[in-house]
Amino acid sequence: MIRDLIHSPTLRLWQDTFRELKRSRSAIVGGVLILLIVGTSIAFPLFYRVDPLAQDLMSRLMPPVWQSGGSWAHPLGTDNLGRDVLSRILYGSRVSLMVGFSSVLVAEIMGILLGLFSGYYGGKIDTVIMRVADIFMAYPFMLLTISVIAVLGNSILNLILVLGISDWVTYARTVRGSVLALKEKEFVRAAHSLGTRNRTILRRHIFPNILSPMLVLGTVRVANIIIWESGLSFLGMGVPPPRPTWGRMLAEGRLYITDAWWLVTLPGLAIMMTILAINLFGDGLRDALDPRLRNV
Amino acid sequence: MAEMLRVNNLVKHFPVRQGFFGRSRGKIHAVDGVSFTLEENQTLGLVGESGCGKSTIGFCILRLIKPTAGEVWFEGHNLVTAPPETLRQLRKELQIVFQDPFGSLNPRMTVAQIIEEPLLNHLDLSASRRREMVAESLSMVGLLPEHATRFPHEFSGGQRQRICLARALILRPKVIICDEPVSALDVSVQAQVLNLLSKLQRELKLSYLFVSHDLAVIRHVSHRVAVMYLGQIVEEADVKELYSRPLHPYTQALLSAVPVPNPRKRRRRILLEGDVPSPLDPSPACRFHSRCPNAMEICREAAPPLRSINEDHQVACHLYDENRPAPAESGNKKTLPAIPGGNTTNQTM
Repeated sequence: MIRDLIHSPTLRLWQDTFRELKRSRSAIVGGVLILLIVGTSIAFPLFYRVDPLAQDLMSRLMPPVWQSGGSWAHPLGTDNLGRDVLSRILYGSRVSLMVGFSSVLVAEIMGILLGLFSGYYGGKIDTVIMRVADIFMAYPFMLLTISVIAVLGNSILNLILVLGISDWVTYARTVRGSVLALKEKEFVRAAHSLGTRNRTILRRHIFPNILSPMLVLGTVRVANIIIWESGLSFLGMGVPPPRPTWGRMLAEGRLYITDAWWLVTLPGLAIMMTILAINLFGDGLRDALDPRLRNV
Repeated sequence: MAEMLRVNNLVKHFPVRQGFFGRSRGKIHAVDGVSFTLEENQTLGLVGESGCGKSTIGFCILRLIKPTAGEVWFEGHNLVTAPPETLRQLRKELQIVFQDPFGSLNPRMTVAQIIEEPLLNHLDLSASRRREMVAESLSMVGLLPEHATRFPHEFSGGQRQRICLARALILRPKVIICDEPVSALDVSVQAQVLNLLSKLQRELKLSYLFVSHDLAVIRHVSHRVAVMYLGQIVEEADVKELYSRPLHPYTQALLSAVPVPNPRKRRRRILLEGDVPSPLDPSPACRFHSRCPNAMEICREAAPPLRSINEDHQVACHLYDENRPAPAESGNKKTLPAIPGGNTTNQTM
């Protein structure tokens, strides 16, 4: 039983992928950074317990510790209400990562399902799904998000759903394109001639072959969603205050940019590092997932 | 000899759509009224240049694409109108090997998974029995049982084609459609695969429909040969007969183009001029008349039907119309209803 599991070919494919991943420098750098960022966002209360909401009006706009006037009480300084910037960045990372990954998950599931049906069955199903996709593409994403948030109110759950739903088109189109190409591949035709049912062909032959491009696309889109979330928070449409997010920190800090550079720069750097890490990892993942690029 | 597969008047038109609303702008006549019979334990070679509809015929027989009209009779069922579940059952007996050995194996599956797929579709067997059958199938095509755990990208083109064969053979089909199975391989590997095909045919009593553009390959494997030009069969004969006494001008031109590995041997090349006419809504004339060195008046007016020259040889050409030089008589019209004015154009050849 266990031996069967160890020798299962699917597992072997993933082992191969992992081995390839370890060979790619960008994947290692990106992966380590992501682990660090995710790890910190989960574990920081163990070693840094400063309330991100506690205001200290006596020490407003205090600079980071390495600048004159800074102190170890607030290593990365304070904002205009005297709240600790480091603590706010750490709490903000939770929101950003959660919104980023969950929205991509929502969008991936919708996009893959609709794209698979659209591409594989074609005809009327395809026309309807793709025209709806066109409508989504033509509708400005910001307007959609703002109107939905305005109607449903802003909560993290609404935000995840809205960001996910407004992004399904990207996946559906990519999946549909891949499916159209795969459908003409001879191994799919061969499966037909072997008497494999449509459902099984979709599951056994088509889905595994679109999964890796979807995984790669997903990592890139996580970065995008994090930026969108920042943008929405910046506009006041994101996660409801007072919960700190990177986007809102940028929005609030920009008023003081001439006096307190750290209020915008530090959350900006956090966004940048996260996105860089995800993109680096996605890049390495793309190469590692393609068995044709392997030299066995 | 028993008949295995009969194709009657098979037609496949592909509509050409253009513009936003997909208005039809005509039809590509990929296959236009093709009929032939495949005998048991025999190989029928289907030869012709690119785009003449050879592969389309294979796909239509397997219903990988739906034919526009015609019948395909196999085991008492018409595959063209068979309901999906009947068709699925019949697929056990009817397999295909494709041209591209790199595209016809799913890169994410092991060889064992690939070969056992037909078993999973049609039979309810235990895992160990399936493993046995996979190993047996592998050894039948000259591969080792150890190869079962590898992935397709670890094999060469010839080996992959063997894997495709192993997959096609595992259910012990009666007919295999070989769609240019060796044209993607090196010549030395081609020979190995062709010999394997012949060996399997002898051992398993298989019937092949062998599609190729390679005249030498067709000659090597076929018992009968059908020559196609632009969606129609222009000549069909026993392999020896066809290669020694080609009748249709197109067949003659094709055979004269085969290089002879003897620099001293003098041969007459028939050079065809012009291009293949567009398969988009072809005219009622003979499709070959624009390139035919022997074109006559009648060739521009009517397409010649496929006629038997002797019991083993059929050709579609006005040159061999016995009634053509005869004077106008009512009897002609009875035998040749498809050729209006066929009796008036008795000019010099």
